[in-house]
Amino acid sequence: MALLEIRNVTRRFGSLVAVDRVSLAIEAGEFFTLLGPSGCGKTTLLRMIAGFDEPDEGELFLDGKPLAGIAPEKRPVHTVFQSYALFPHMTVAGNIAFPLEMAGRPREEIERRVRETLSLVHLEEKGEAYPHELSGGQKQRVALARGLVNKPRLLLLDEPLGALDAKLRVEMQVELINLQRDVGVTFVFVTHAQQEALALSHRIAVMSQGRVEQLDTPDRLYTAPASRFVADFIGKINLIEAEVAGNAHGHLMLRSAMGDLAADLPPDARPGARGALALRPELVRVAERLETLELRNRFAGHVKDLLYEGDVTLYTVEVEGGFVIEALLANASPGRARLFKVGDAVAVGWRHDAGVFIRG
Amino acid sequence: MKPRSQWLLWAASLAVYGFLYVPLAVVVIFSFNDSTLNAEWVGFTLSWYRKLMTDGEMLRAAGNSVAIALLSSSVATVLGAMAGIAMHRYRFPWLPLLVLTPVAMPEILLGVSLLLFFRQVLDLTLGFFSILVAHITFSIGFVAVIVRARLAGMDEGIFEAARDLGATPWMTFRRVTLPLILPALVAGFLMSFTLSIDDFVITFFVAGVGVTTLPLQIYSMIKVAVTPEVNAVSTLLMALTLTLVIVATRVAPDIVRRGR
Repeated sequence: MALLEIRNVTRRFGSLVAVDRVSLAIEAGEFFTLLGPSGCGKTTLLRMIAGFDEPDEGELFLDGKPLAGIAPEKRPVHTVFQSYALFPHMTVAGNIAFPLEMAGRPREEIERRVRETLSLVHLEEKGEAYPHELSGGQKQRVALARGLVNKPRLLLLDEPLGALDAKLRVEMQVELINLQRDVGVTFVFVTHAQQEALALSHRIAVMSQGRVEQLDTPDRLYTAPASRFVADFIGKINLIEAEVAGNAHGHLMLRSAMGDLAADLPPDARPGARGALALRPELVRVAERLETLELRNRFAGHVKDLLYEGDVTLYTVEVEGGFVIEALLANASPGRARLFKVGDAVAVGWRHDAGVFIRG
Repeated sequence: MKPRSQWLLWAASLAVYGFLYVPLAVVVIFSFNDSTLNAEWVGFTLSWYRKLMTDGEMLRAAGNSVAIALLSSSVATVLGAMAGIAMHRYRFPWLPLLVLTPVAMPEILLGVSLLLFFRQVLDLTLGFFSILVAHITFSIGFVAVIVRARLAGMDEGIFEAARDLGATPWMTFRRVTLPLILPALVAGFLMSFTLSIDDFVITFFVAGVGVTTLPLQIYSMIKVAVTPEVNAVSTLLMALTLTLVIVATRVAPDIVRRGR
């Protein structure tokens, strides 16, 4: 049985459908992420799990028991808020003790568990400090400690890393992964940052306009996006409008404005089906001359733009007909003495199995 | 800045503070003057204060004033806090209007309407109770405004966080809301207290004949002449108010700091 089951849940605000018939199951011990742009319904869903909101239709079950009508304080679900929401008039230790005090634990147990949890988040020295004396990263740790100390069945994290600077965010990501593994509490993480979701999660539900677009593991989402939205939202991608022309040599032949393209076929693609070929930039190869690319899909063009990022460079190559293909090249390849410059004549190409055909 | 304009600024500041504090200083100084006339300095004495301490009418008035101020500001703090929290939590557009109108209302209007209400509608005997109710009425709005301002600066998330972490609505109020609005409650109480202890206009209408407060007593005395005794009682009133101001600025920030 799943730890949390969301069954056909809908939530409306006036004429806006914030959450639209969402069903999903979260297993115990999972690091589960709800990923989507702002307004996709992920926070509304989180608030319904926490008990601050109730669905208009559908049901939520925790450990098989319906959650409807159960007040937030009665649910074994704690939240780490985006703003941290630390109690400003209590010390760090006071904040962490709060859920234990509310649960009526004995004093010795509270003291022991506050101490343990402080060391879990590496804040042994800060027990007597007040929240306003802490840095952003430290506040984040206190919020985590406070959410975890009473061992909830489920810890909800609402964009908890959003307020941190880039370097600290990466550090906290590593700590979150370790923390979740060590304490074994199920995490439901909400974010709009796709990189964060890919790095942290066991499974990700990509949401758009109140619906779950795709629920999958990070690598499946990245390599086999099920819709244009998912393909576009996660990572950089080339989307080439195409139509299924036929089946040749075990490959799908696609007809596009750029020319014919070979691709791996989804088993149920019928000739005439319209869609797009989704192609990751790092799977596109770039060469000086067309002949050196021994690939079915190859096009001559020139470098229109480039974005140097140190370890990699993103080239925008314009091919005949004005079509633009993005290619991501590592700058560390041995033997490659020169990077391409803007205006260089180049050729781009990719293997038939590099792209994914997305219908619709 | 040029020396000339700087000199002008200093002069202007001096003039403003002069207008504000010289009259008060005069009252204080003449309360220690060994003369029945507020005309020239004769010599130092405490006899006016001694006389004050044996003036039964004056002492009774002072007692009434303090009792009414303590009671009315206590009740107003509780009711005002409730109104302030309600204004913050529920965005009914008419609620602030309802709570804050007495603050903006001219005192004379409030006095007359309360008098009519007590006499014509309730048929109440005017006295201690009617003054008390009147003072509570005009103090609530001030407390409510202060409490609402305090809540407005607060992260909304902390109240949800408390519920989320297992606190019932009552525990959330006791452990989170109340400690955080405490500075506002202290400030609101002190404000109500000072408003009550020196209120004249409204009290004048609702006091009736039997019970009098300090401002009313002073007024009835100066109808004859401004005696040094009035100076003495004014000085004491000033000292009390000043103490409250010092408490408000010294003690309250301490609570505020803990509330951060």
